[in-house]
Amino acid sequence: MSSANLIRVALGAYLLIFFSYLLGPLVVMSLTAFNSASFPAVSPWACFSYEWFEVLFNDKHIRDGIYYSVVIGIGTVILSVSMGLAASIVLTQVWPKLRSTYYTMIIAPILIPGVVLGISTLVFWDRVGAFLGVSDGSLLHGLFHNGIFLTILGQSTFIASYTMLVFVARLQRFDTDLTEAALDLGATHTQAFRKVLLPFMRPAIASASVLAFLASFENYNTTTFTILEYKTLTTVLAQKVRLGINPSISSLAFIIIVLTIFAALAFEAANRNKDRKLAAAQGRGVTQKSGILPSFLTGNPAAVVLVLLAFMVIVMVGTAQRYSPEACKIAVREAKQIEIQKRIDALKETRRQKEDAKAAQQPSNAAPATPNNSSAFGNVFAPGNLSGDAPEQKVDEPEPQSGTGAFGNVFAPDNLSSD
Amino acid sequence: MSSGVAVDLENITIRFGDFTAVKDANVNINGGDFFSFLGPSGCGKTTILRAVSGFLDPSEGRVLIGGKDMAGIGPNKRPTALIFQNLALFPLMKVWENIAFSMEVAGASAGERRKRADELLDMIALGGQGDKLPSELSGGQKQRVAIARALCANPDVLLLDEPLSALDLKLRQHMRTELREIQKRVGITFIYITHDQGEALTMSDNVAVMKAGVIEQIDTGHHIYDDPSTPFVASFVGENNVFRGKVKSINGANAVISTNRSGDLLSRITPAQVGKMQVGDDAMMFIRPEALELAPTDAASETTITANVMNEEFEGNSFSVFLEGDGGKMIKMSVPNLGQDHISARGENLSLRYDASNAVAMPAGELASE
Repeated sequence: MSSANLIRVALGAYLLIFFSYLLGPLVVMSLTAFNSASFPAVSPWACFSYEWFEVLFNDKHIRDGIYYSVVIGIGTVILSVSMGLAASIVLTQVWPKLRSTYYTMIIAPILIPGVVLGISTLVFWDRVGAFLGVSDGSLLHGLFHNGIFLTILGQSTFIASYTMLVFVARLQRFDTDLTEAALDLGATHTQAFRKVLLPFMRPAIASASVLAFLASFENYNTTTFTILEYKTLTTVLAQKVRLGINPSISSLAFIIIVLTIFAALAFEAANRNKDRKLAAAQGRGVTQKSGILPSFLTGNPAAVVLVLLAFMVIVMVGTAQRYSPEACKIAVREAKQIEIQKRIDALKETRRQKEDAKAAQQPSNAAPATPNNSSAFGNVFAPGNLSGDAPEQKVDEPEPQSGTGAFGNVFAPDNLSSD
Repeated sequence: MSSGVAVDLENITIRFGDFTAVKDANVNINGGDFFSFLGPSGCGKTTILRAVSGFLDPSEGRVLIGGKDMAGIGPNKRPTALIFQNLALFPLMKVWENIAFSMEVAGASAGERRKRADELLDMIALGGQGDKLPSELSGGQKQRVAIARALCANPDVLLLDEPLSALDLKLRQHMRTELREIQKRVGITFIYITHDQGEALTMSDNVAVMKAGVIEQIDTGHHIYDDPSTPFVASFVGENNVFRGKVKSINGANAVISTNRSGDLLSRITPAQVGKMQVGDDAMMFIRPEALELAPTDAASETTITANVMNEEFEGNSFSVFLEGDGGKMIKMSVPNLGQDHISARGENLSLRYDASNAVAMPAGELASE
């Protein structure tokens, strides 16, 4: 093998590893959304199922969380985009010697931990309320202690800095002569801003809005302090992780991934379309549709993959109407029960053999009190456990209230009242 | 079309911090004139233009447009329209929207705007191109759109800030003629900023030559070229050979300068300095390359210069002969190409002759840097 080939193979391997690292978790997570097992898992594959989507849609906490996340996201976009735009315009106008100081000041919130921002937002507005002397139950008091209001403000403090960076980058390419030309042609300052600067900033406003919305949507550490009685998706998820997770979260992740893919596809298609139109308008590069594929697909494997993925999703949504995993589930349950039955039989067999051996040997040789069990968890998770048809298994379960728990039952509710 | 409106600058001084960009400028521009400010970059000519258009206020002095003091009146309220050096067409608007922008901000309906824009597009020979974006036009077309956009505002004064500097030579020469024609057609006052003397001389009724914030001379193109009033103007506008020396004698409008290198030479005194020069003063004398010609070898008078040939260049329509001159500077002589193979040989000692009326003398002063 020549060294060039070696390099090519190594590069291929590297790319493979890199993309598995990048996309692997997403793929695994997406797969778990379709496993009927009650814990997000791929490897003991039970049944292909859509039930977790149903669980997701029926989960009021998640629905509320998404709703408030979107509301807060929109509020944050409006506030942080306008603050960021204003800040960036001031930055270009401010006296040059002051500029770096001003820049540092505006950018500082990015460097402050979100936790600090969250707490300080909470405390600050409480103090503002106290300073203004707003009474309990008044409108302002309600506002200053409203989780949505506080979260929008808290998130905007640092998201506005992000958006400002986007705007500054765009503004640096703005020719200030254009504003002067507008003024010279009789426009007022407002007209010059609205008709010349704002249209120029539109792409930056769009990307800053997306950035701000995503930053707001995924924010946890500021939100967790400011959200108070409300909940956002992130706080709901955090709670769920603490209390026990199920694959409905995977299905949510899957939906988000799919939406992202569709958005990316639409964006790419729109972009290519625009480029083609522009090229056609300038009379160069006459575009011909080649074969059956739309032109933006040719020579772009990523786009092909995206289209395939999108197609898969459509097929899945289609089959979800008819497909029912019940038959499979019953089969799995039966298979499990047969498995359990087999184990029980095996267990009985070994026990019987042991007892026979014991009977044959000396009775003084004390046998272990608890029966041996081949499963690591002593089959506590076996679905048949609680059904009552396998009484032998119950021996494994700890005696309730026996006082031998890990903490010696210090947390038992009647501990304090008993003495 | 509105007729021209006079623009007067009264004792304008403009300072930025410690730096004085324009010093005590007095300019009276007649209505309907094509007036140019000519000077090297950094001489303050754009600053003057910005003071006229209202983007900055003079530190001292007044700007009057049509006799009206413009102090405190913003650029959007002045009857001026500025054509920017980089044109500053709005890149996201179509050509016709660009042209009709001044009507849009004034609240005109789309129909009216489109109609006026199409008229102007026809005038600049770009009919039917209104729906393009500026980026789809060529340099010269953009140039004309910028002019149309400025004219659409019906200004009394059109200000042009080196609008041709970005164009290539052929287009620049074409646009010169075109600008002059447009000016004659619309009849409004044009104030033109340039560092290109060719543009200033061909287009302007009057030219102000500036040096480091000071206006050196205001005159017609002819007078600027033939009767420069300072050494700076003489050396900045066109090519010129300088001879340094002292005034030996004065006879009315003529003077004999005893030059450092070429002996006593006769010259007329530039009109602005007649009566102001004294015998014994440091003086400079200028003769244009085209005013020099070969003299018979035995000629020896106060209008003959003898020097060694350093170099000769063929320029197509003429030969340039460079001779050893004063203070490290070479004397350049321009000889029309009439089919000769060459004019001189390297190292040859040549005698050059000139007509005293083609030489100008003035008090010594600062020359334009090369």
